[in-house]
Amino acid sequence: MAHAETAHADTHAEPTSFLWKYVFSKDHKVIGIQYYVTAMFMALIAGVLAMLIRLQLAWPEKTWPLLTTLLPRGFTEGVMNPEFYAMLFTMHGTIMVFFVMSTAPVSGFGNILIPLQIGARDMAFPFLNGLSYWTFVSACFVILSSFFVGAGAAAGGWTAYPPLSALKDSIPGSQTGQDLWIVGMVLFIASFTMGGLNFVTTILNLRTKGMSLMRMPMTMWAMLLVGILGLLAFPALTAASLMLLFDRNFGTSFFLPSGIVLSGQALLTPGGQPLHQGGAPLLWQHLFWFLGHPEVYILMLPALGFTSDLIAVFARKPIFGHKAMVGAMLAIAGLSFVVWGHHMFLSGMSPYLGMAFAVGTMLIAVPSAVKVFNWLATLWKSRITYKAPMLWAMGVVSLFISGGLSGIWLGQSAVDIPLHDTKFVTAHFHLIMAGAALFGVFGATAMWFPKMFGRMMNETLGKWHFWFTFVAYYCTFFPMHYVGIAGHMRRIYDPYQYDFLKGTKGINEFMTVSAFVLGTSQLIFFVNFFWSAFKGKKAEANPWGANGLEWTTSSPPGHGNWPGDIPEIYRWPYDYSVPGAASDHVMQTDPAPVGQRAEKH
Amino acid sequence: MGKLQGLLFGLATVVLVVVATWLFATKSWLPELVSDRGAIDHALWWSLVVTGVVFILTNLLLAWFAYRYQAKEGVPATYWHDNPRLEWTWTLVTAGIMVVFTVNALSLWAQVTGPGPADAMVVEVTGQQFAWNVRYPGKDGIFGRTDVKKVDTTGFNFIGLDRDDPNAADDMMLQNQLFLPEGRPVKVRLRSLDVIHSFFLPQFRVKQDAMPGITSETWFVPQKSGTWEIACAEHCGLGHYRMRGMVTVVPAGELEQKLKEATAE
Repeated sequence: MAHAETAHADTHAEPTSFLWKYVFSKDHKVIGIQYYVTAMFMALIAGVLAMLIRLQLAWPEKTWPLLTTLLPRGFTEGVMNPEFYAMLFTMHGTIMVFFVMSTAPVSGFGNILIPLQIGARDMAFPFLNGLSYWTFVSACFVILSSFFVGAGAAAGGWTAYPPLSALKDSIPGSQTGQDLWIVGMVLFIASFTMGGLNFVTTILNLRTKGMSLMRMPMTMWAMLLVGILGLLAFPALTAASLMLLFDRNFGTSFFLPSGIVLSGQALLTPGGQPLHQGGAPLLWQHLFWFLGHPEVYILMLPALGFTSDLIAVFARKPIFGHKAMVGAMLAIAGLSFVVWGHHMFLSGMSPYLGMAFAVGTMLIAVPSAVKVFNWLATLWKSRITYKAPMLWAMGVVSLFISGGLSGIWLGQSAVDIPLHDTKFVTAHFHLIMAGAALFGVFGATAMWFPKMFGRMMNETLGKWHFWFTFVAYYCTFFPMHYVGIAGHMRRIYDPYQYDFLKGTKGINEFMTVSAFVLGTSQLIFFVNFFWSAFKGKKAEANPWGANGLEWTTSSPPGHGNWPGDIPEIYRWPYDYSVPGAASDHVMQTDPAPVGQRAEKH
Repeated sequence: MGKLQGLLFGLATVVLVVVATWLFATKSWLPELVSDRGAIDHALWWSLVVTGVVFILTNLLLAWFAYRYQAKEGVPATYWHDNPRLEWTWTLVTAGIMVVFTVNALSLWAQVTGPGPADAMVVEVTGQQFAWNVRYPGKDGIFGRTDVKKVDTTGFNFIGLDRDDPNAADDMMLQNQLFLPEGRPVKVRLRSLDVIHSFFLPQFRVKQDAMPGITSETWFVPQKSGTWEIACAEHCGLGHYRMRGMVTVVPAGELEQKLKEATAE
């Protein structure tokens, strides 16, 4: 397609004051780092919430004097309150899914990399970009403020199913906390929408000369698709959130049917009519999951893009089946819109709908498998150097296999009957979504840190961080499959109330200890990240010998990304180990043909 | 030192495969099966076997490649990155396997979610925060009308049974106790008074959401006498974790007597 010869980013003069350079910046490189660091902070909070969840699941019988002192409203005489526990899993999910794992890979690395990898001075809408970041910050404020209101933060699950989230008296967190959740989410979606507009416009319109879509790195394909997914899917949750706000505060009945009896009291008007009429809790689920399913692919696609690009660089080999890999991404993105009902197989919705969604869900396994096979074929007869980015990329492949396969169990609607709402589901999405996305972020960080800060991360610390995280991650989440099959429900404050679950305590304790190791190991990363940003070894322009356009400029790039004209592109990014070439990599900007096996890319 | 990372990754992956396979193969994690829904266990088993084989094969390849193809002096990577035949083969084989899974899954789903036998015993279960209200229609086989205005918790009428309705006269209500006949099909009518609950009988492979505003049904055949637990599988509030009931299966002939005793208490 015709791309920009004349279109250009709204080029802005380089700001001079600290405020306009580093706080209210319009520079994609600064904004990306702002997003990334804010996401790190949110991850710290959501991570602590997870540690508390695991504590309760392993030892609900124990008392915690220190925690009672620190969190007096969450504990009574040393024992965690059920309302606190409900808030823990609700806010852990909400913050991790949206404020960490949609943000760091997408708003963080998308912003940092898009102009650099496609050859633009900045994003198409730099002011909107800055605005999107500060909108995100306001969303963070609102969501975090909900912890401090009287009845606590939202506690109806990150999925906020009504009537639990709509009836203020059904659980303490459904007081003000749930309203703040809604406002925080709407602000987040506004921010994400601004970002999506920027991503799609920039990638489609601002590619430099020669950068056809098929010459973009896989990372860019991921960012383009994520932008489209976000723009198309989030409106459903915006609408649903506003409808929920209205049901909660303005007497509407979008999600509330008649005939509700709460705590022995029928919900009636003074005249004896039902307080609500005609609403359907199922409507929320359809709207939520219409976003919710593409959302999980928003988290995962960047990791898939990063992994392909990282493997190519560190295995010195082109990505196998490039066209198929792009096609697989497109298929995954497209199919992600027609599988949402697999979250609702047992909801009481029509079984015919269940059939339709089962078909789409099983289908989506095909492009996912294709990606794994192509990565394996890339590794075959490659030439691997294990720098930290490569370890993380291999970790993504491993987690994608583990997490993806359990999806095949769940997608068969009848097999979902024993597994739905058990820890089997929790294991599945922590491995594939959270795990793959997290490892993708760590790999991208190790890879592009030099470009972000002009310094190298410490390689030894990076490797230790990987190994602790990789082993502890599997130890925390793989055993969860087993207890899930045994029937261990989700969101359960004390599983050992049930005889059939008493046998799972040992495994729960093991997973908790593993989770503590996992959490503590992240300190290695924090130390490495912040120390290296200021004191790391200075980085050259292309420390990894990689082909992408971002490596043709300094580390970090200056204002406007390239000092002179933006370079022109002559080939795809995967010319590694080309026979007959002078070096083991040929950059995208290299016009020379590459010897006997010159291929047109 | 140069080969250490690849060796570690390969070994770690092999350890994962061995431990995962061993844990799946040596212990059946599923609770004992006491209903006719063995076809679900069958489908679970096939899922385990097929995904297990794929898990083992892909991970062993990953482990081997991770180790074997570490950079060696003087050996470049092979510039081979396309093979349409290979690409089509693994795509179509995967698609074929998924089609088989899907067809089997759909036919199983149709079976399980079908209307069930006409002579199934119907029992109503109405979830509330935080208990399971069980109701039998009695000899007339008709459930009496319920009306939220008739809810009377002190009188143990949690679901608002309208005693003015003649059909309600022989309805039997229990809380957190469910009695079922061995060998006879049972249809559970699921309702909820307040928020979404999920009626979960692990040993029967039964689970379905109790959704306010909807009456949904699920049917199955208990096939063993004994007592097991009812759990809630949908976050429903503070007491979600203690929404525990007991389901007792008795020989079909003893059910009426059992119900009489239970409702007399």
